[in-house]
Amino acid sequence: MTLTPKTGRKPKVAVYKFSSCDGCQLSILNLEDELLDLASAVDIAYFIEATRTVKPGPYDVGIVEGSVTTPHEVERIKEVRAECKFLISLGTCATAGGIQALRNFAKASEYARAIYTHPEFLHYLETSTPISAHVPVDLEIWGCPVNKATVIEVLAALLQNRRPNFPPSPVCLECKRRGIVCVAVAQGIPCLGPVVHGGCGALCPANGRGCYGCFGPSSAGNFSALVTCMVPNDRYPNETANLLRSFSSHAPAFRAAADNALKASAGKETK
Amino acid sequence: MKTIEVPALARVEGEGGLYIGVKDGKVIEIRLDIYEPPRFFEGFLVGRYLQEVPDITARICGICPVAYQMSSVAALEKALDVEVSPKVYALRRLMYCGEYIESHALHIYLLQAPDLLGQPSALDLAAIAPDVVKNALRLKKIGNELLKAIGGRSVHPVNACVGGFYRWPDVAPLQALLPELEWGLEAAKETVRWSLTLPYPDLEIDYEFVAIHHPDEYGVMHGDVLSSKGNTTSVADFEMRYFEEHVQRSNALHGHTALGGTYLVGPLSRLNLNHAQLLPEAQKALKDTKQKLPLKNPYKGLIARAIELVHFYEEAILLIKAYQPDGPAHLALKLKAGEGCGMSEAPRGLLYHRYKIDQNGMVKFAKITPPTAQNLPRIEADLLAMAPKLVKMEQELATLTAEHLVRSYDPCISCATHFLRLKIENRE
Repeated sequence: MTLTPKTGRKPKVAVYKFSSCDGCQLSILNLEDELLDLASAVDIAYFIEATRTVKPGPYDVGIVEGSVTTPHEVERIKEVRAECKFLISLGTCATAGGIQALRNFAKASEYARAIYTHPEFLHYLETSTPISAHVPVDLEIWGCPVNKATVIEVLAALLQNRRPNFPPSPVCLECKRRGIVCVAVAQGIPCLGPVVHGGCGALCPANGRGCYGCFGPSSAGNFSALVTCMVPNDRYPNETANLLRSFSSHAPAFRAAADNALKASAGKETK
Repeated sequence: MKTIEVPALARVEGEGGLYIGVKDGKVIEIRLDIYEPPRFFEGFLVGRYLQEVPDITARICGICPVAYQMSSVAALEKALDVEVSPKVYALRRLMYCGEYIESHALHIYLLQAPDLLGQPSALDLAAIAPDVVKNALRLKKIGNELLKAIGGRSVHPVNACVGGFYRWPDVAPLQALLPELEWGLEAAKETVRWSLTLPYPDLEIDYEFVAIHHPDEYGVMHGDVLSSKGNTTSVADFEMRYFEEHVQRSNALHGHTALGGTYLVGPLSRLNLNHAQLLPEAQKALKDTKQKLPLKNPYKGLIARAIELVHFYEEAILLIKAYQPDGPAHLALKLKAGEGCGMSEAPRGLLYHRYKIDQNGMVKFAKITPPTAQNLPRIEADLLAMAPKLVKMEQELATLTAEHLVRSYDPCISCATHFLRLKIENRE
């Protein structure tokens, strides 16, 4: 990566919001110890949640929070891509569609009718999709929310013209490294840790509960083995499928595994 | 035709716009457009297991996830007819202290103060008043650290569940926060003194203040809904008195009372209705301000937040000193079909949830009334009152003035779905 402008000027950074809870942008504002240093190392040119000042593009780095859920956002993401040299998807909404991608398994128009008295006033798409479904993305940071240490690592790497170091292993190994007793083995608690991207530091197992997959699928995950092991132990109807269909539901590996889990659950009932 | 347009409203959470129509020099129409996209939480909650609800609803708002977790667990526990132990309740309050601290510090210093000091952002403020901003970030960080010690992380913490907590947080990391909390308590008192020096615009509004009230504690989770008009409503009857309606321009629903009036939720309402329940240091901080209650100036929500900041630092210290985990961290739940409503005071105002569940604990129906939806009609009414002044101003000043008013309400637009583009259209 070579992003730092050769002229010696500070790289211009833009932070955009699409459909989201603001939690990932807030993770940037939550860099209390680093925020002022960050603001001196880069030129925060566009960051509506933090400042009224808007400096015109093009930008060296664009950071996008949120997923694409409206016709307007479909157009806007193209404009964002055009004005950013290097585009980063920040958080699980931007990388996989987020919790609002649960509409992809239902009818958004029916949700609209159930919640709003005048669904015709609304502007939305039937699906919630990741940024990469619309424009090429240069780097994805997973997490719901992202781990702020990862945000700093990525920005530092960009400034230093090097590759960022991401946690290489799934949540399961982070758990082992922390010396946490396995909640699945010891207590029979369903846990997605073996198939989920590391980066949180195994927060849920550390709190005595199973991983619910908010950091998205690990490329090293054996999903079919996980489904085979977990479904027989579901504590409520379709627990495994629900776990897979939550924060990262639209990620392809999770979609396929959830379908398999639903089939396995149906098979269990007929036995 | 003259049109004036304001870009997306800065320093609020979420996205929206403001439109003012003018004819013959008179304001004929005003509307606050909410273009934050709908995400349909109440739709996809249906069919989920009750223990998933606090994790899912947290994602409605990244600034106040604890509020969503607490209102949802309260409603679901009501549906199951269970009540958590006093120790669990105390830990919930402690967790809420963390959220109030980070959210109020963020809003006071990073979101609203730059307006009062004529700066585009806290980062710009840092250039002229570095110590103010450094202290602000430290104040905010302590709240986040408290959330982390209880829930693993500050945004979307993972430890809260229906019936209590997945596990008792360790004592040592909480006690280790005490020196920082003691510093924070003093810095919060200083924040109150500093808040009095800020140049608030003159504006007094005859609000109906609405907040959770409890005789024995500063109303956050337990209590009834008290209105400054004197009526009290139980949680169960909330929907009988407070309604939401859907208006065309908005992806947010608009709240109003049964009599059709607007009402205000949030820090001004809580302070005006509940000041007698503030802890002693916060009482003293309030008294020293010599402010006459009720506070009716929306911009002075900042002073109310600062006093609450003192209160929640004070309460956090007391709760950590008393914290001794003992017994189960959560109830063993006996599932049954039922319906329950629950509420809590998010930092930006009252947050109401209602759920129906079946005998397996699966959600059949969900209704969520966020604070900003309740405040929107009031914000609109205030803007309408201000509009004749706005249309006489230069675009830049008009935008800034309107934005400042809206920001002072601390709207959480993602929650209400929901934020500013100022467009003044002259239809002559």
